[in-house]
Amino acid sequence: MPAVKETVEDVKGLESDKYKYGFSTEIEQEFAPKGLDEETIRFISAKKGEPDWMLEYRLNAYQRWLTMEEPHWALVNFPPIDYQDAYYYAEPKSGAKYESIDDVPQELLDTYEKLGIPLKEQEVLAGVKGSAKVAVDAVFDSVSVATTFKKELEKAGVIFMSISEALREHPELVRKYLGTVVPTSDHFFAALNSAVFSDGTFVYVPEGVRCPMELSTYFRMNAEGTGQFERTLIVAAKGAYVSYLEGCTAPMRDENQLHAAIVELVAEEDAEIKYSTVQNWWPGDADGKGGVYNFVTKRGECRGDRSKISWTQVETGSAITWKYPSCILKGKESQGEFYSVAITNGHQQADTGTKMIHLGENTRSRIISKGISAGKSSNAYRGLVRANPTAKGARNFTQCDSLLIGDECAAHTVPYVEARTPHATFEHEATTSKLSEDQLHYVRQRGLSEEDAVALLVNGFCKDVLQHLPMEFAVEAQALVKVSLEGSVG
Amino acid sequence: MMLKIDNLHVSVEDKEILKGLSLEVPAGEVHAIMGPNGAGKSTLAHVATGRDGYEITDGSITLKGEELTEMEPEERAAKGLFLSFQYPLELAGVPTLTFLRTALNAQRKARGEEEISAPDFMKKARAAAETLKMPMDMLKRSLNAGFSGGEKKRMEIFQALILEPDFLILDETDSGLDIDALKVVAEGVDNLRNADRGMLVITHYQRLLDYLAPDKVHVMAQGRIMDSGGPELARALESEGYDRYLEDAA
Repeated sequence: MPAVKETVEDVKGLESDKYKYGFSTEIEQEFAPKGLDEETIRFISAKKGEPDWMLEYRLNAYQRWLTMEEPHWALVNFPPIDYQDAYYYAEPKSGAKYESIDDVPQELLDTYEKLGIPLKEQEVLAGVKGSAKVAVDAVFDSVSVATTFKKELEKAGVIFMSISEALREHPELVRKYLGTVVPTSDHFFAALNSAVFSDGTFVYVPEGVRCPMELSTYFRMNAEGTGQFERTLIVAAKGAYVSYLEGCTAPMRDENQLHAAIVELVAEEDAEIKYSTVQNWWPGDADGKGGVYNFVTKRGECRGDRSKISWTQVETGSAITWKYPSCILKGKESQGEFYSVAITNGHQQADTGTKMIHLGENTRSRIISKGISAGKSSNAYRGLVRANPTAKGARNFTQCDSLLIGDECAAHTVPYVEARTPHATFEHEATTSKLSEDQLHYVRQRGLSEEDAVALLVNGFCKDVLQHLPMEFAVEAQALVKVSLEGSVG
Repeated sequence: MMLKIDNLHVSVEDKEILKGLSLEVPAGEVHAIMGPNGAGKSTLAHVATGRDGYEITDGSITLKGEELTEMEPEERAAKGLFLSFQYPLELAGVPTLTFLRTALNAQRKARGEEEISAPDFMKKARAAAETLKMPMDMLKRSLNAGFSGGEKKRMEIFQALILEPDFLILDETDSGLDIDALKVVAEGVDNLRNADRGMLVITHYQRLLDYLAPDKVHVMAQGRIMDSGGPELARALESEGYDRYLEDAA
């Protein structure tokens, strides 16, 4: 069976049970001591063999963090987090990178199999002429265990590696960009991440290079009580192009898992970065117990003229999703885009949206947000569009659509629009609708089951967003839409 | 018997709408149901297809001898029951042909048949579009999105031509159609007519029946069948109205 087809089949298999990713791989962990102090940070830094300036960066962030307070302005509720009652570092015992994919322990490979992303198939995929290529930098807890397609990327001059590795091999490059989009002092979780981030991904696409394949990372949280603090940094130099896919699933847990990642994107002159996410972390059980707290900071800076950054996200998982992938439109005529599908079911809470900060002249941004609330969930779109006095000729178009399934859920739209120049044009459209009995009956009369009917209607509702996903993800996303809405009607 | 409805009693929120309705339509025949507003005609269409919100307090509906009342709407569809909706829905973002192929394959799967291949499906779609004089680019759009009332009705018949049901209920398929569209739709329906298939045409007006020439006409009022006869009954109703049946029941 061709690899693509097998992946598609695997994804189809998702439909068979509600959350089959609730397994935990038994691999010995090496933990940092529980709790957070300077010693923990030194442990992490030493473990990774980081340069001194990196340790200083972390310690500085830690000192900042100590002076900050956990923010609570979003429309989400969660019990107090005890930051001392968590482990900040864990890695599979074998530690080091594997020479080839054949050296990766079978247990890990099995884990990916269960996730429906057979890593080996990805290599097979590479051999198929003309087929889409996806490079996978798999993050198993905190340490990257396998990187494929490395050679082809090297040939193009693209750097795609774990950020720990990049700190050793390209320290000057990392130092030049790290924290320049999301500074350590930005907010509580940014400071926390900067102090303790364990691993993540670094991508650098040099001048004029079009990255020859979609780059992809499948994150996976695994260790009990291990908060995840990934750090991703993607830089597209002048005229470069890269498309990056991030997909997530997590094992079932009783206790809440904090996930406070940072993603920074930098697009230089005429560069373009496309960043796509499918997020399907454990949302908690039927009573609302457990589940991942997804408090992620994602921000891109269109630094150069005519540069472009596009965020596409499909958020179906997590107990709480709290994220605003944003664009700082600094370069003249630069463009920012945000396409989002956020689905909440059961007791899930989501407060998500974007910020488009127009600084440069004739900058453009576009926001399409589709929120779907089912069960007893709450789903808020929160977005800021701002044009500074320098942003003459700035334009924004925003469309926020909410779909309600059932009568126990909530949808909110909170747009902030700030035009500080009279020479900006902002448009905002919003709709709220309910999935109707009439529509469901109509579709079922034609032969589709209730669940298929809901999935079809919701996928139709999300189409404007889903069509922006790369092909491989679009299939997975449609399956996830279905899985995450199971049991939402009737 | 293709469709057999026996002593059907249906309530909505404790209000009885159908009060002992009985009706039989054999294979190969087209029957019409006429009646005044509020007679329960659309309720019959909804109940037969299994829409939520209706309580069957007594009686049965069988298709080819199989009891339908306990089946899910999609199971009834797979058994060959099709409803041309009085108010077809718009499905934003759902491409017409993708939807229909999914529906057809879901039905086939339920019946233990093989899925239809993409080329075979397209052949079918083209033939149906030709019959109904529908431009192919209309089929590339989302289902019924931005369609006029008449276009939606035509799309209902298009769906029937694709799904090839054993039994069709046409719920006021003629309403909202101008005379040219009515002709085309009637031709489409006529195309579906054969010895193995039955139809129940719910209508207010004679004009669709002029094209379809039903085998039998039933008058429905007060939640049951009050009278049955040949095509002449429809013509009599057209001139005399329903007052007679309403007085009888009162």
